[in-house]
Amino acid sequence: MTMSRRALLAAAAGTGAGLLAGCGSNTGRGDGGSGVTLAQWYHQYGEPGTEQAVERYAAAYKKAGVKVQWRPGNYDQQTAAALLTDSGPDVFEVNGPTIDQIQGGQVVDLSDLLKDVKDDFNPAVLAPKTYDGRIWGIPQVIDMQLLYYRKSLLKDAGVEPPATLDALVDAARKLTDSKVKGLFLGNDGGAGVLGGTPLYAAGLQLVTEDGKVGFDDPAAARTLGKLHQLYADQSLLLGAPADWSDPSALLQELTAMQWSGLWALPQVRKELGDDFGVLPFPGDGGQGKPAVPVGAYGAAVSARSRHKDAAKEFVKWLWVERTDYQEDFALSYGFHIPARISLARKATRLQNGPAADAVRFTTDHGYAQPLLWTPAAQTAYQDALSRIIRSGANPENELRAVVRKVAGELNRVKNAKKTS
Amino acid sequence: MRRRGTLWFWVFVGPFAAGLALFTYVPLLWSVGLSFFDAHNTVTPTHFIGLDNYTAMLRDDAFVGSLRTFLVFTAFIVPATYVFSLSLALMVNRLTYARAFFRSVFFLPAACSYVVAALVWKMSLFNGVRFGLANTVLGWFGGAPVAWLSTTDPPWYWLVIVTVRLWLQAGFYMILFLAGLQRIDPVLYEAAAVDGARPGWTVLRHITLPQLRATSVAVVLLLVINAFQAFDEFYNLLSDARGYPPYARPPLVYLYYTALGQGQNLGSGSAGAVILALVIAVVTVGQARWLKLGRTDADG
Repeated sequence: MTMSRRALLAAAAGTGAGLLAGCGSNTGRGDGGSGVTLAQWYHQYGEPGTEQAVERYAAAYKKAGVKVQWRPGNYDQQTAAALLTDSGPDVFEVNGPTIDQIQGGQVVDLSDLLKDVKDDFNPAVLAPKTYDGRIWGIPQVIDMQLLYYRKSLLKDAGVEPPATLDALVDAARKLTDSKVKGLFLGNDGGAGVLGGTPLYAAGLQLVTEDGKVGFDDPAAARTLGKLHQLYADQSLLLGAPADWSDPSALLQELTAMQWSGLWALPQVRKELGDDFGVLPFPGDGGQGKPAVPVGAYGAAVSARSRHKDAAKEFVKWLWVERTDYQEDFALSYGFHIPARISLARKATRLQNGPAADAVRFTTDHGYAQPLLWTPAAQTAYQDALSRIIRSGANPENELRAVVRKVAGELNRVKNAKKTS
Repeated sequence: MRRRGTLWFWVFVGPFAAGLALFTYVPLLWSVGLSFFDAHNTVTPTHFIGLDNYTAMLRDDAFVGSLRTFLVFTAFIVPATYVFSLSLALMVNRLTYARAFFRSVFFLPAACSYVVAALVWKMSLFNGVRFGLANTVLGWFGGAPVAWLSTTDPPWYWLVIVTVRLWLQAGFYMILFLAGLQRIDPVLYEAAAVDGARPGWTVLRHITLPQLRATSVAVVLLLVINAFQAFDEFYNLLSDARGYPPYARPPLVYLYYTALGQGQNLGSGSAGAVILALVIAVVTVGQARWLKLGRTDADG
């Protein structure tokens, strides 16, 4: 799997990257019956066949022409810039939409498309696409992150799969030797990919239901301090050629445990057979509980589209009515959980072994990044986490500054709502 | 005749002037305008907020930290490139054969893309596992693998950042120094030899360096301006899909995330750009005055 999967879960932790932005385009077909041609944008998926699949869906739509654009590079930045102009997409998948895009009137209200089937969409990923009781994006597929471990390496070291954060720190230390590190959380030590996961594992949240800072609590500093312990113990693999989203570090025995995504599961199974297991991020403290981040690209309609109604109709057709295409998109190319609960239940590939465990973790422990968690809040938090993990900065002091920043951001968003 | 001359002037200059105005000056002025507005996800804002974006940026630890990063980078890269490229030029200049070959070899990295060089440095030379080139060499001497880009104590990432830029730009400045060296009158060296000056450090200090003063001023000025524009190698060495670590984040990378990343805070990004432009202007003017740029010896 490639960058594309990594980008998908940026909903859980932040911004995208890459300077090699470019664009590719492919045509679904010419003008449809109405004479309207819709531009539909996708980010570049790593799985072979996905591009042909979405072109097939587009070609099958009879009420309008749909021109698919398959866009490599840093897609989130491309769409954010395109939404400022009239030359952007009509329909596009979005890692959001963000609160600023919604409040800025850049996307169209899609609530009426889901009025009969809203309950069939997984609430964990529908919630961050809902603002002011209205829905601004239709979830396409669900992805999630989890902890992979090599059973044989743990057995050789006499280590049980860790059920608590303390046990994870301990296991990582015991599994580390001169050739293999205990744990891989990304080349930055976990600051980027973990995001809010340790806070949820401590029983906290990024933002509370009533829009307040959710981690202004001593438990937050205690838990984040344990992440520094992993670094100080030199149990973390750092500087791997491929980052956390790629399971290479685990497969090449550079690490005994690795935080990665559901997308890596087929590759890990192919390479390691039964010699691996999966876990959620373990809970910490009395109020703690396991946590796994979930995220979903959503189908959205640009408010600058000249064909908003036609675009909405197409979105409804593809992402609400055509459940056969939704199932095909989720399960025939990559490895995702369908966003529709009814489809996820039917998926045989998700009913056995580690895949079934992953689905259960999503149901029992899944959290999605709240809509009110803005990029500025994310940057402040991620910078603090990086300093805590790698520089041993005092977690209380760091978090105090982050709480101030996040409270300011939440206040800004609240006031923007009043004026919008 | 004069009217025809004016016509041709505009035929040749007009398109470029229009392009410059349209693609440089209008966006520049627009950006200055945006810096006084609350401009989240819009380039046509309506909510005037005065200097709020400026005060917010100046109070923003991340932005101020990025300016500090730039200063550290300049402190490393300017003297390193100066010394390295001058040394190369002195060596190549002394060659009696194959001079053109070595000049080309040292200049070739200048043709390499910063992005490509950064990725080579990151993925093969300085990756953090035992089979990276640098770690393989360390291993020969019994050293443990070092996570070059992920370790803040000691900050090995500076070694990676500085060496990649040094490799890329030293050849270009070597050419400038070579040109300067070839303009020094050999009579000066002959006179020095007659007066008993030993070749080597004494001649370098008392003849070569003073004669290269104009070239040195130009090189240092270009190096500082280039350092201000640092983006590509920092971004490609240190960023991932989740963002960028707080250390070694130069101002342009921070402003990229603020204005063009998911942040889309074009008001704050513009204010940061204006502040950065002012800093560059002040430093450049200060440096030019300090180095007495443009003055002749007669001016004192």
